Amino acid sequence: MSHPEAYLTPAQPSPSDHGGKAKVDHFTLPNGMEVVTIEDRRTPVVTHMVWYKNGSADDPVGKSGIAHFLEHLMFKGTKEHPQGEFSNLVSDLGGQENAFTSYDYTAYFQRIGKEHLETLMRFESDRMTNLVLSDEVVDPEREVVLEERRMRVENDPAAQLDEALQASLFARHPYGAPIIGWTHEIEDLSRDDALAYYRRFYTPENAILIVAGDVSAEEVRRLAGQTYGCIPTRAAPPRRSRPQEPPPRAERLVTLSDEKVEQPAYERIFVTPSYATAAPGEAEALDLLAHVLGGGPASVLYERLVEDERLAVSVGAYYMGSALDDTRFYLFATPAEDVEPAALDAAFDRELARFLERGVDEDELRRAKTRMIADAVYAQDSQVSLARWYGEALATGLSVADVESWADRIDAVPVSALCEAAVKWLDKRRSVSGYLLPKEVAA
Amino acid sequence: MTAHHSLPRQSSRAETVQHVKTSCGVEAWLVESYAVPLVALEFAVGGGASQDPQGREGLSSLFAGLLDEGAGPYDSRAFHRKVEDLAIHLGFGADRDHISGHFQALTRTLDEGFELFRLALGEPRFEVEAVARVRGQLAASIKREAKDPDAMVAKAFREAAFPGHAYGRPLRGELDTLERLERSDLEALRAKLFGRDNLKIAVVGAINAATLAQKLDSVFGAWPEASQLESTPEVAVANVGERRVIELDVPQSTFRFGRGGIAKQDPDYFAAVVVNHVLGGGVFTSRLFNEVREKRGLAYSVYSHLQDYRRSAALFGGAATKNERAGETLGVIEEECRRLAAEGPSAEELDKAKKFLVGSYALRFDTSTKIASQLVRLQLDGEDPSYLDTRNAKIEGVTLDGARAAAKRLLGDGSLLVAIVGKPQGLG
Repeated sequence: MSHPEAYLTPAQPSPSDHGGKAKVDHFTLPNGMEVVTIEDRRTPVVTHMVWYKNGSADDPVGKSGIAHFLEHLMFKGTKEHPQGEFSNLVSDLGGQENAFTSYDYTAYFQRIGKEHLETLMRFESDRMTNLVLSDEVVDPEREVVLEERRMRVENDPAAQLDEALQASLFARHPYGAPIIGWTHEIEDLSRDDALAYYRRFYTPENAILIVAGDVSAEEVRRLAGQTYGCIPTRAAPPRRSRPQEPPPRAERLVTLSDEKVEQPAYERIFVTPSYATAAPGEAEALDLLAHVLGGGPASVLYERLVEDERLAVSVGAYYMGSALDDTRFYLFATPAEDVEPAALDAAFDRELARFLERGVDEDELRRAKTRMIADAVYAQDSQVSLARWYGEALATGLSVADVESWADRIDAVPVSALCEAAVKWLDKRRSVSGYLLPKEVAA
Repeated sequence: MTAHHSLPRQSSRAETVQHVKTSCGVEAWLVESYAVPLVALEFAVGGGASQDPQGREGLSSLFAGLLDEGAGPYDSRAFHRKVEDLAIHLGFGADRDHISGHFQALTRTLDEGFELFRLALGEPRFEVEAVARVRGQLAASIKREAKDPDAMVAKAFREAAFPGHAYGRPLRGELDTLERLERSDLEALRAKLFGRDNLKIAVVGAINAATLAQKLDSVFGAWPEASQLESTPEVAVANVGERRVIELDVPQSTFRFGRGGIAKQDPDYFAAVVVNHVLGGGVFTSRLFNEVREKRGLAYSVYSHLQDYRRSAALFGGAATKNERAGETLGVIEEECRRLAAEGPSAEELDKAKKFLVGSYALRFDTSTKIASQLVRLQLDGEDPSYLDTRNAKIEGVTLDGARAAAKRLLGDGSLLVAIVGKPQGLG
């Protein structure tokens, strides 16, 4: 027995069954702000997100970390709503909030009962243009960011190796700088730096609103128009043109030894096209390739290196497909006891060559497609996952149509495309290898 | 602006929960929902690391790690490939008090998915190669954490908080205890814990009660009625007021602090939840956040929470600050605990905490997996589904006097057991 207003749908198939596909609406306000609504009526909660199309890769030279620092400072209050008022209100209304900065975007979000959506839009649109910053507020927050860096990097040799790897992989492109910034540059970031960055990038034409949950597209359009819609457009969105990486020609190796390392580690990172920069079908092939090679215990490299050869205890691969420029493709492994990372480097060379020689078999490809397409359906169960998926896509040069057709495009990738992508892009000269090592014991 | 902390005309969550009892006596809570074509199942058995025999620490973790490494006719490789072919999610884990599992399938592979799930629990192979492999993975994670400040401080803290008790021992064991584990240990654990009296199950998704009952019988129906769970003794947090410093050459000092808490069954529990929120539970709004991070820039992360171990009630917290300001940070944390213990929260703090706790409850129920997890938790706590509808009233019912009394009980004289990893200065 169930009630029409039950939090979870009655025990009937939904009449507007989309076969597991959410209802998505997309339009653009006159001031240039994109608005996406993703309906999920199962519980009276909404996820409200604003994404700015800028991230650490847009930090000015010498000012790494400013995008992330500004993200922290966005919580410090506006003319209308002084420091703490917005966060206190979200809390009083029973909401949760946070924000994150990535290489290509910065996002602010709240999850809250659906009846509070308009309130959130008022406050979020207010801080898009009315942020107030003083040194009294900026100085302690700089210390907070430095503590965050210490926690994430200075305490952790693996994170230090990763920073060195990225810096080596991207000699020119700002993807080589850490999102949080280099310590010496964070220390010099000023209030004026933050405000300059804010004025450049925090504009409606550079922003995307994503609302997912128990709300209709009509309501979101109306409320967005009344709040974000009132912000005048300043100009065309800032053009993001980052210094591009020259074609890589040399294999690189970076090693880090530290007395805190008791478990060595190995990784190799390649520069490859992203969904935004790839030729048609190429990013999809790379996505599948990552899954086939290292997407879990049924993957090629896991079966070969962990089970057959016992050179590693775990192996993985990851393709960072959502990026505005050419991006990263990772292979990583934890060596088995008494196996050196250098031996894994050689093993990866052998296994990749072997893989190219034998080609992808149809079963492997079908298995990978099945899993990836199914994961798109599982994502329908989470309004937060869907909101993030659309946000990442739109903030890195893709469209709503791209998100909606993704599963079909994955399905259409032929076996040959994986091999072509592997030959062309998983070339060692396009990569950096990294070894995390214990401190040498003196002879 | 007025904000009401109860939604008008609240509909009942409890009424969406069906009790399913199968012909073999397996019980589960079910929420039917056809909006997304999937079924999510969560289950837990009591046990976990606190049942690992002395000298065989890590057994539960090894066991959980091996349940998806080959079963029935499938060796590891075949099993992994089958999981991918069916595109199901199947995973198991162990904490100090439970072994838990998670199974999720799209409706199109539901039958075959359940069959694989049945095999994983009913006929795990525990093959020599798989045991060695999972043992190697656990060993690697132990080594990885050996000099990680967070892991080190957690270890120092628990060893001081629970000396001589199972809660003081490592969840994944040590390298030498893992080496001792054999197939017979795994089989013995399975026989000990897998009884219907020790099992809690919740299912959310596109399945009706009759079909679910059949599936549950196939997976769990053959389990004996009785498990052989050993009782873990109740234990109070020890060494409150002590400090343990572990030197590590890193620029930041990482803290864990805590003292005894208030148990879930205690009449003061909800008042304690509110008090903890005021102290360090509320991100952006708590006293610790404001005093340590916001005003002084001392830390990025600072928090407190009520730890819900089955046999111990505790209040735990953490922070991390550069070595030069370690003493200052600890001083602020201790002062806030003393102050809250002595004065209790203000009326405004109480009101705000209650608004958040009541209003945000709904956020726990926005995915099938989260709902199923909440329902298993309730069953483990001995609650019935009506709790879903009464919990908010319990929070709303906390009075200022009740909160003050709970603050005194919870924080006492403000003394804390503190563990620190790094090179802390100025501790005094």
